[in-house]
Amino acid sequence: MNSTVQQIINTYKKDRFRLMDMLIDFQEELGFISKETVKDLADQLDISTVDVEQTLSFYHFFTTEPTGKYTVYLNDSVVAKMMGQEEVAKAFEEELGCNFGQVCEDNLIGLFATSDIGMNDQEPAALINNVPFTKLTPFRVRELVADMRAGKTVYEMYTEGYGGGNNKSVLVRSMVANHIRRIGPVLLNDCSPGDAIKKIVQITPEAVIEEVKASKIRGRGGAGFPTGLKWEFCRAAVEKERYIFCNADEGEPGTFKDRVLLTECPEMIFEGMVIGGYAIGAKKGILYLRYEYKYLGKFLNDVLFRMRGNNLLGENIAGLEGFNFDIRIQFGAGAYVCGEESALIESTEGKRGEPRDRPPFPVERGYLDKPTVINNVETLATVVKIINKGSEWYSALGTNDSTGSKLLSISGDCRFPGVYEVEWGFSIDDMLGMVGATEVQAVQVGGPSGALIGPDEFSRTISYADLATGGAMIIFGEQRDLLKDVVLNFMDFFIEESCGSCSTCRNFPVILRRTLKRIIDGKGIRKDIDDMEEWGQIPRVSRCGLGQTCTNPILTSIKNFRHLYEDLVDKDEDYVSEFDLSTAVQESCDFVGRIPNI
Amino acid sequence: MSNKIKFKIDGVTCEAEKGQYIVDAAWENGIYIPTLCNIPGIKPQGSCRICTVNINGRPMTACTTPLLDGMEIENDIPEIREIRKAIIESLFVEGNHFCPACEKSGNCMLQALAYRFQMMAPRFPYSFPVKGVDASHPKIIKDQNRCILCKRCIKSIKDEDGKSIFAFYGRGHKLRVHVDPELADKLTDELAQKAMDVCPVGSILVKEKGFDVPIGKRAYDNVPIGSDIEGNK
Ligand SMILES: Cc1cc2nc3c(=O)[nH]c(=O)nc-3n(C[C@H](O)[C@H](O)[C@H](O)COP(=O)(O)O)c2cc1C
Ligand code: SF4
Ligand code: SF4
Repeated sequence: MNSTVQQIINTYKKDRFRLMDMLIDFQEELGFISKETVKDLADQLDISTVDVEQTLSFYHFFTTEPTGKYTVYLNDSVVAKMMGQEEVAKAFEEELGCNFGQVCEDNLIGLFATSDIGMNDQEPAALINNVPFTKLTPFRVRELVADMRAGKTVYEMYTEGYGGGNNKSVLVRSMVANHIRRIGPVLLNDCSPGDAIKKIVQITPEAVIEEVKASKIRGRGGAGFPTGLKWEFCRAAVEKERYIFCNADEGEPGTFKDRVLLTECPEMIFEGMVIGGYAIGAKKGILYLRYEYKYLGKFLNDVLFRMRGNNLLGENIAGLEGFNFDIRIQFGAGAYVCGEESALIESTEGKRGEPRDRPPFPVERGYLDKPTVINNVETLATVVKIINKGSEWYSALGTNDSTGSKLLSISGDCRFPGVYEVEWGFSIDDMLGMVGATEVQAVQVGGPSGALIGPDEFSRTISYADLATGGAMIIFGEQRDLLKDVVLNFMDFFIEESCGSCSTCRNFPVILRRTLKRIIDGKGIRKDIDDMEEWGQIPRVSRCGLGQTCTNPILTSIKNFRHLYEDLVDKDEDYVSEFDLSTAVQESCDFVGRIPNI
Repeated sequence: MSNKIKFKIDGVTCEAEKGQYIVDAAWENGIYIPTLCNIPGIKPQGSCRICTVNINGRPMTACTTPLLDGMEIENDIPEIREIRKAIIESLFVEGNHFCPACEKSGNCMLQALAYRFQMMAPRFPYSFPVKGVDASHPKIIKDQNRCILCKRCIKSIKDEDGKSIFAFYGRGHKLRVHVDPELADKLTDELAQKAMDVCPVGSILVKEKGFDVPIGKRAYDNVPIGSDIEGNK
């Protein structure tokens, strides 16, 4: 057996629950995961090869073929396309003489497309050997290709300085800009790392939970479950071995605020995990970090290392006898659904990221079937402020049902895309004014799984009672073709990212996309619109939020922009044939070398 | 010690053990909730979504949801029937199902459900996917055209060391069930037959054998699927 393979397997002690880590290491060390590697791994872990492959084939960044000395993953999300991704993609293809999905020039450069990489405020962007390159232009593409041919390292390929803040750190060295454009109570740098930990060790875990409950904070990952209550449920579990996860999968296209928090406030996030760990009685915490943010890995591990040195992690934390807690980082490997909490657990256990049925909920049976709390990055960072400054201070911010502040990731057609922290209750109108957006046709609130709203709803406010959101706001100007450029792309995203387990989520987006495409191509009829509205309801019975919301791009755009559909369909016809005889006989004609005489 | 509790399905009061899965409890009470991916006795995973019922107005899968005291369940109502029918139709257009030529015809749960729900033709356009047939294994044929990705084979067919012979590959609409070539080589006749039997459709077939039971005498040839359960009443 290849010694690298053996070494990696040994590093993880042949533990099949660490299969993700092994596969990530193989991919990085060997450039791909071959049949032989799969076989070796299966033998050593004493599982069948199809069991290795079921995990391997689930994740976008694992490949069974070499992907080149330089592997380019160009983001193909909506905002990337709005900012010129297509010209960038074309420049890559022309310069290299190959297409996306291919590896060229003697295995030198591989070109691949990928879903949103969390850089919507600086698109078009790509990852080259896991390092982000932002604000790409065809000109930059030609330079990059020349640099790759010349054998430069990715860092030698930068033509601009490092981005702001910790992007400059020697452990990050990235050109990513933070674009923090509005600082509020969470982003304000007014506490020292460790203050909150020193505070909680003076009080009981129950008192910590009470404080968090009193703040009325709800989860910032999108679902909005009250954080204090979640912790209380977990603490009440009979089983004593418990876990806390920080969900840094940030896969919803259009959100990137967690990237900024991870870059600028990692101590606070980890401190939030320590607080949560203390409250629920966990000894271990895991940060589940999307692979797209691999470039932050060394930096974050260094933060953990320093926290251990400062007695903020490890044993007898902050001098409290018996308060032991530590954190490790688990990388994903490219799967949006792994942001769903139970899929995240499955993935951390080395499996496919297929969500689990509920009940039981993770607080009863989560990671390794033990009680587990999963919280979003922003939730955990906010908890630190709540502990430091008190629940009374916090609950006075925002509105009655939505206390505190929210980090918004704002991108699309506006002058100042970036991260803005606002108090809940902020209106869409004010938001558009704040970011310098004029002639706005629509705003996508909450990413593709959210809603597409038009100007008559811009007076609505961001709050759990009105527009609840995980914070992704994408702005579309008058010039955009909402159906073709936005709705279709979002449907492609869900089709690509469904885990495929539920028949409804696997099939209905494909069925609806087909009808949508027909309408866009001018071949639709009025009944198609009604059909989509009706059929779009069915995935609501899917297992997880992905399936339950996967038709929202179509449903909310029909609801709020019906005229766009009606303008495209033929109102007089009640049937338009999709059948095209020459296309249908093409294959057989090619085979026998006949020209269709139709 | 009895742990019986009362619950209601479509207004009918029933009794069952607390914590039982709703499907099992309903079936015991002579009420049919259709299932496809579920195998009684094996840990459920709500994949096909056919057994969706409304509990307190919210859709839940009856195969994975444990029964609670006083639960009010909606099962055979127009809204739910419509969802189930649409799911069945979507499974037909997702694959290539030419029933008259299929060895499983008459024993196929998908076909039987289509009859029960009075599907004439799917309302959705056929996608005619290119999926292929894997006939490379000595004992079985794996016809991907007919696979409805229910996971039954994955969950219930293991070799003597507990290793998986079938497993998912890929995700989303590109999802497939792959067969482990090495383990399939060693498949016993019994296990091959068990795999064919556990498959609700004709996606796993035992080689060199066919139509042992003639058409007309098969499980769902004369009575709709679920009749046995409703006979329990
Ligand atoms: C498809 C899908 C993707 C999700 N992605 C994320 C994510 O990237 N980050 C996140 O915090 N929550 C995500 N969630 C929500 C999580 O399931 C979970 O509710 C959240 O992490 C809980 O943390 P909170 O209570 O602090 O918000 C996702 C949910 C779904 C259904
Ligand atoms: S809803 Fe979609 S993503 Fe979620 S479990 Fe079902 S198939 Fe998987
Ligand atoms: S082969 Fe049969 S049992 Fe296995 S997943 Fe496909 S349909 Fe289900």
